[in-house]
Amino acid sequence: MLARTADNLYWLSRYVERAESLARILDVALRLATLPSAYAGTSNEWESAIDIAVCRDDFFRHYDVANQANVTQFIIAGPNNPSSIRACIEVARQNARAVRTAITTEMWEILNDAWNEMQRLRFQSFTSKDLTKFLAFVREVSLRFDGAAYRTMLRTDHYWFQRLGMLIERADTTARLLDVKYHVVLPETEPVGGGLDYFQWSALLRAVSALNSFHLIYRGGIKPWLVADFLILKPEQPRSLISSYETLNRVLDLLAERYGRQGPSQRLARQTYSQLQNMDIDTLFQTGLHEFLEQFIADNNRLGLAINDQYLQ
Amino acid sequence: MANESVFDEMGGVEGDPRQIYAEVAQWFRQASPDLIANRKAEAEAFFRRIGITFAVYGDEQGAERIIPFDILPRILSNQEWIRLSEGLEQRVRSLNAFIGDVYGAREIVRAGIVPEDLILSNPAFRPEMTRIKPAAGLYTHIAGVDLVRTGPDEFYVLEDNARTPSGVSYMMENREAMLRLFPELFGKLRIKPVDQYPDELLATLRSVAPSSASREPTVVVMTPGPFNSAYYEHSFLADRMGVELVEGRDLFVRSNVVYMRTTEGPQRVDVIYRRVDDEFLDPLAFRPDSTLGVPGLMSAYKAGNVTISNAVGTGVADDKAVYSYMPEIVKFYTGKEAILSNVPTWRCREPEALAHVLAHIGELVVKEVNGSGGYGMLVGPHATKAQRESFATKVRNNPSNYIAQPTLALSTVPCYVDEGLAPRHVDLRPFVLSGADKVRIVPGGLTRVALKKGSLVVNSSQGGGTKDTWVIEDGAPRASQSQSQKAGA
Repeated sequence: MLARTADNLYWLSRYVERAESLARILDVALRLATLPSAYAGTSNEWESAIDIAVCRDDFFRHYDVANQANVTQFIIAGPNNPSSIRACIEVARQNARAVRTAITTEMWEILNDAWNEMQRLRFQSFTSKDLTKFLAFVREVSLRFDGAAYRTMLRTDHYWFQRLGMLIERADTTARLLDVKYHVVLPETEPVGGGLDYFQWSALLRAVSALNSFHLIYRGGIKPWLVADFLILKPEQPRSLISSYETLNRVLDLLAERYGRQGPSQRLARQTYSQLQNMDIDTLFQTGLHEFLEQFIADNNRLGLAINDQYLQ
Repeated sequence: MANESVFDEMGGVEGDPRQIYAEVAQWFRQASPDLIANRKAEAEAFFRRIGITFAVYGDEQGAERIIPFDILPRILSNQEWIRLSEGLEQRVRSLNAFIGDVYGAREIVRAGIVPEDLILSNPAFRPEMTRIKPAAGLYTHIAGVDLVRTGPDEFYVLEDNARTPSGVSYMMENREAMLRLFPELFGKLRIKPVDQYPDELLATLRSVAPSSASREPTVVVMTPGPFNSAYYEHSFLADRMGVELVEGRDLFVRSNVVYMRTTEGPQRVDVIYRRVDDEFLDPLAFRPDSTLGVPGLMSAYKAGNVTISNAVGTGVADDKAVYSYMPEIVKFYTGKEAILSNVPTWRCREPEALAHVLAHIGELVVKEVNGSGGYGMLVGPHATKAQRESFATKVRNNPSNYIAQPTLALSTVPCYVDEGLAPRHVDLRPFVLSGADKVRIVPGGLTRVALKKGSLVVNSSQGGGTKDTWVIEDGAPRASQSQSQKAGA
């Protein structure tokens, strides 16, 4: 396969995944922002949304206050935001257009429809209702795209590069989400008798579509350290860091097998995976959750670069 | 050009339909306006959905547009088609022989048929090609010959398009749309399929692989990139052939061999179906500022390690002054009269012809010898006085850059336009594939239609649309039942 094709496939699915993550981040911020401050605490949800979406500098270059109107506008379709939801869909479609031969008709149609829809929407005059509908629409695009890829693509290197992009992006989002909110999942913040932060934890789970599954796995109330355990170390949770790396490893092995050659990507992925396998949540808290997540984000970036060097150029 | 002399291929919007259109005319005349509107909307949705678009150069907002599609098909009988395809094969064989001769012994010049300066002064002439012998002596592997019709039996060749003809993806997607829209008509009529085109293209390209290639030659489609107006088609063809769609930056040349950069490292490329113009192919050989090309490609070509398709320099045959010699060219190389007629052409480079053209500019179509896409031409009867005068000045200043032809009474086929069903002028572009083994032509081709009332310009960049083209096998009707085992057998 052409290196450029692999590059397009990889970034295509990264951008689709990113669009979904942004929609989820906004969804959660909306939910928390509507709660009376006695429930949600005093933190500015809109500011954390910007932090998770990693666009703080870009944002404050154009706005003074992080409030709902500004942040939603900026993240959805801000003209100065190169990774707004609209920009993500557009770049994803550009990549798809460049590799029409490498993706299936179903995948293309979903993206092309989404892009056409983006052209049609008037973001400036969005009501709250429109906003909720739009966020649901973006999540659905990503779900359908992923489903189409899963159901229609040949299991060849095309498919594997598409998966790699999605997994690297997903691991990155989950880690950032946890890192921005890490203070609320530290054990010592558990207030006696529950209360304030409960909504923060459940929102965090909701952001990764894991609220119901949390209850299935832990069968008890939401405990902050269990939230961290769930999103970092539970292989059953498809958005957990360990699950992303389990699959990353498998996909990279398939590539190595097919091409008859291993490289830095395989080694890096294996390292991170075994690190996660040998970790438990207590040690993780002892060494420092924030430090761990920072390290993970850096390692994950390094793997992205290694994949780029090894295959995409 | 009087209106009553125009030949309508269906037999008019209302009159008795010609035999070959009987079934279709009946369907469309019985259909309610709602049903028609419905099918039209379905077609539009189909094309928007699959994202088949083209770009118009110089149009800011229309970065991607859908080409208008008309749901009433254009029909040819099998008999008509057989004659056309024989004519096309003869013509394209002659074109290939001519281009080979131009870059070889120039016998046609020595025979005094085509003047040498016409060839040497042609901007599409590539001196490099006199030292390069392409595989099987073939130059134009894919030709898109534009035909027009003026009566039941009168077909003319308008242009040969020996460089990089486009539009074949529309031919295929139009059929795909029609199959979805009118299954009832496909059930009744024996319409020759076109979807084998990519297989035939691949077979053609493989047949002209260089002798140093492996037994399974690697073919690629080379595109200028997603911003090219025909990008959809490039990716469509690569997809249907199951080959890589490359850009210049995906390829490199080492020791006169072309490789593509893959996820597994370099892989040798044997045949490049390029949709990039000659002058952008190799910055070392042609335009040094080209970022679309591959440095060293021409030396790999010269070394016989890669086939470029169509060959470099086929543009000499696209020159409209050369076109005017086609009847003689066909005769010279095949020894037979041309089956397909040429439109009578005045070469303004000849003083007598120039005088005639300037005197009759209001009745003629005047074209640049190297123009294409409907740009750089004057349709005399439709032009204002000022337009004619300014064009006449251009012709006077540089006569050898122009030819002129009478305005033909192009045939029409009814179309659904805003006012309802109305006749519109059409042309036909069949795609002729020349391989080392044989010539292949998919039945039909792309029918283009001038959607503006009275307009003769069918180019998509000038407001043209398309129709599906049906070649109907006349003869026994379809078996109405599948065969089954006889009782007691």
